[in-house]
Formats: sequence, C-alpha cells, structure tokens
Amino acid sequence: MPDTRAAEVAIRLCDVSLKRGDRPVLEGFSLQIPAGKVTAVMGPSGCGKTTVLKLITGQLRPDAGEVWVGDIRVDRLGGGELSGLRRNIGVLLQNGALFTDLTCFDNVALPLREHTALPETLIRRLVLLKLQTVGLRGAAQMYPRELSGGMIRRVAMARAMALDPGVILYDEPFAGLDPISLGASLRLIREVNRALGITSVVITHDVAEVPQFADYCCIIADGHVVATGTPEQLHDSDQEVVLQFVGGLPDGPVPFHFPAPSLAEDLLAMDA
Amino acid sequence: MADPQNLNNRLFAEPIREFGRAGLFLLTAISRMRFGLLQWGELLRQVYFVGVRSLVIIVICGFFVGLVLTLQTYDTLTRFGAGDAVSTVLALSLFRELAPVLTAILFAGRAGTSVTAEIGLMKATEQLDALDLMAIDPLERIVQPRLLAGLIAVPALIMVFNVTALLGGVFFAVYLMGGDPITFWGNMQASVELGKDFGGGLLKGVVFGFLVSWLAVYFGWSARPTSEGVALATTQTVIASAIAVLLIDFVLSAFML
Ligand SMILES: Nc1ncnc2c1ncn2[C@@H]1O[C@H](COP(=O)(O)OP(=O)(O)O)[C@@H](O)[C@H]1O
Ligand SMILES: [Mg+2]
Repeated sequence: MPDTRAAEVAIRLCDVSLKRGDRPVLEGFSLQIPAGKVTAVMGPSGCGKTTVLKLITGQLRPDAGEVWVGDIRVDRLGGGELSGLRRNIGVLLQNGALFTDLTCFDNVALPLREHTALPETLIRRLVLLKLQTVGLRGAAQMYPRELSGGMIRRVAMARAMALDPGVILYDEPFAGLDPISLGASLRLIREVNRALGITSVVITHDVAEVPQFADYCCIIADGHVVATGTPEQLHDSDQEVVLQFVGGLPDGPVPFHFPAPSLAEDLLAMDA
Repeated sequence: MADPQNLNNRLFAEPIREFGRAGLFLLTAISRMRFGLLQWGELLRQVYFVGVRSLVIIVICGFFVGLVLTLQTYDTLTRFGAGDAVSTVLALSLFRELAPVLTAILFAGRAGTSVTAEIGLMKATEQLDALDLMAIDPLERIVQPRLLAGLIAVPALIMVFNVTALLGGVFFAVYLMGGDPITFWGNMQASVELGKDFGGGLLKGVVFGFLVSWLAVYFGWSARPTSEGVALATTQTVIASAIAVLLIDFVLSAFML
C-alpha cells in the first residue's frame, strides 16, 4: 500500500491497550488514518470500534500506548486542551444523540452559539445551510421526536459539521437505514469529505457499501487491526479474516460465539 | 437468612458511601460554576419548568391542608373556648413547618423526579456524551441550572402554598363556621412575626429546594443508563428527598426557635 504511507496521517493509535471491565478490548492496537480521506473501520459487533472512537475523542484513555490526532497527543490532554481538540472533531454518535428538548435548528445552532461570538443572523444562515446540506432545512423547526431514525442521524450529521471541524467521526451511520436513506447518507459523507477536505472515519458493518464511499478500510477483530487497504485490495485479499468478513460467513477466524465455557459444561452446571 | 455483615452494609455503609459520592458530585458541580458565564436563560427556563410543573399540586394540596388543619384545630380550640385563636395556630404551623416541608416533599415528587428522569434519559441516550464531545460541559449546561432552579422555585412555591392554605382556612372558619373575618385576620397579624415565622419558613424553603434539586440531579447523573436504572433513580430521589427534608427540618427548627 504505497499511497497509504505517502499520505499524511491525521489520526494515529500506537500500540494501544485498553481493558473495559476485566476484559481486554484492545491489545497492542495500532492504526493510522490518512488525512483528507474517508476511512471505513469495520469489524464484528463488540470488537471495540466505538471504543477506538472514544479513544480518539479522549473520552477513554488507553492503559498503555499513544493516541495522536495530528500532532496532538490525546491521551495526555487535560480538560481545557481536550475542549480545544473536540471543537475540531465532529462526532456522529450511534443513535444521533440529538437533544430532545431542542428543535433541529437549535440542535445545530448549539455548538455555534456556545463556541463562537457570531451574531444570531449569521448563525441562522449557517445553520440553515448545514441543514440544507443534509436535506432537512424543511424540518428546522421540528423536534427530534417528530423525525425518523434516518432523519435524526442526518440532523446529527449537520450538527457534527456545525463548527467546520477538520475531522468527522461517524459511529455506524447506516445502521437500520432504509436503502434510500442509506444511499443518501453514503453520498453525503462522500460529498462533505470532498467539499470540505476533511478527514472522515466511518464505523460500519455494511461491507457491500464500503467501496462506494471509502478510500481506505481497516478491519478490526480480536483487539487488533487484522487488515488494511483500499476497498479493492481487501476485496482481492486472500486473508482468511477478510474473506470471512467480506463474505459474511458466520464462523471463521472471528468466532460466532462470545467466549464461554463449553455448552456441555454450562448445561451440566444447571443440573448440579 | 440475613447475613449481619451484609445487612450492616446495606443499612449503613452503602447509604454513607452514596452520600459521599453525592457530596463529591455537588462539590465538582459548584467548583465548575463561573458566575459570569452562568446560563441565566437556561436557569430561568428551569425555574419556570419545575415551578409550573409543581404549581397545580401545590395549590390543591395547600388548600386542603389549610382546610383540614383549621377543621381539626377549630374543633379542639372551641372546646376550650379559644376558637378565636384558630387563625394563629393555622398561620404559625403553616408558615413555620407545614408549608416548607410539604412543599419540598411535593416538589420532590413532582419536579425532582422529572429532573432525575430527564438527566438519566439524557445519559441513556448519549446526550450527555454528545455535549461533552462538543466541548460543552454538561455540568455547566445541564446540572448547574437545575441545581439552582430549586433554590428559587421552592421558596416561591411555599408562598403559594401559604396563600392557598390560608384561603382554605378562611373558607372553613369564616364561610362554613361563620367566624368573624376581622378577628381571624387580626389575631393572625398580631401573633405572626413576618421575619421570624414567615421569613424563617422561606429560608427553610431555600435549603430544602437546594437539597431536593441536589438529590434529583445527582440520582439522574449517576443512574445506570438503562430503563431500570432511570426508574430506580427516580424512586431514590423521592425517598432520599423525603428523608433528607424531614431530617434537616428538625435541625433547622431547633436552631430557629
Ligand atoms: N461501559 C462499558 N463497560 C464495560 N465494558 C464495555 C463498556 N462498553 C463496551 N464494553 C465492552 O467493550 C467491548 C467493545 O465495545 P464497543 O467498542 O462498543 O464495540 P463495537 O465494536 O460494537 O462498537 C464490548 O465487548 C463490550 O462488552
Ligand atoms: Mg459500537
């Protein structure tokens, strides 16, 4: 992958280890995300994708290893510096996480009102433009409870873009979307990335859609990055894990079962 | 079989630990307060919400408490030929004890629970995380306004409670029993000290308001982010508030007398 190395690196996790509860989620985890591109992060549920996202935003700190965003070392930042970093990172959480007591307009306006001294007329224009981008200017005065899941996520996308961040992280933006919304979201992520020249990280399960929006992908399994490359490279890969994931096979190197004692042991224990 | 160690833990150690955590939470929330940047608009909105939410129940309860209190004391006092003193007894017991305590407990049940549920659900739906990720401090944006709102709303609600309870008293003593309104109001005015009795009650209200808001916000903040977690937290708010209010009321009354 010569061009991956040539590209500037926007986000870098070096040899990160992290336990949640007693379970090690990441062990010796290293990942580089190129600047100005769309990178898809894939992996089975519970493999630690959201955890990686939380490391990048500084919500979690690694037990060992380093997390870099640009030339800032995230895992060493204190409260004030962390706020500075977060203003430059837009995040779309798994279910949008809109503020239910605010209208769509106010949701998108909140970061602007909080972090800029712009006059209200200008804020109004910016917010309407962002909502226009996601196709929901017409829903500006509606409350999140009046919107469908797909619309909520698009408003959340507008909110994530509000401060024109250099990095946008999307946590499963396609989960549970109908094919039309899915297509719209794909294009949106692609276009926003191209128009603003930002770094996008998209966590997703939708293997089939990845070539449509991602420049690079990486597959996480078992606490490690098991494969990286362009969508074509992964498609042509003969690595077992990649085949399993791309082919959607239920069992393979990534086991179907959560770690457990053998079934026989469990069933016998019930009789005892 | 109740294991004594376990029982001891449940009855004493765990509540004390919880109190410690709530105290630390309060200290953190207050230490992050920047008065210049306090969200005044949000504070006003919260005072409005918790106040308006509690208004109806306060008016209804106030009226009936005044009514039944007058009924009972009137009956007893007339037996000793002291029926005229009914307004004095009514006003003093209301202003000093009943209004502050009942208002605070009703406030906990009506507004406190909804604050707990609101914050708990915000946590469960990742809204608190979202704020954090936008570099907006949820303690400043969500917690502080709700913490201070009770401080303002409860004394105001106590005044409403007092007024409607007096109306209930007047309704019984004057309209139903045919008492003399001039004696009723005159005796009351002669025996109630505005600062000590009425003002003392309001001061209690400030303390209770803070206490209830603190507990409501804390239980919401520390709720497990699930439906059961939020349900449990609202229950805890009511129980802890009722106990705390009655306990602190005793202490305050002892000091004020
Ligand atoms: N708050 C938490 N406390 C303890 N363990 C957690 C917590 N959140 C997630 N985990 C564990 O960490 C692992 C990775 O979770 P996550 O990063 O959310 O996975 P996903 O790849 O599905 O986003 C999961 O196995 C989960 O059990
Ligand atoms: Mg996840």
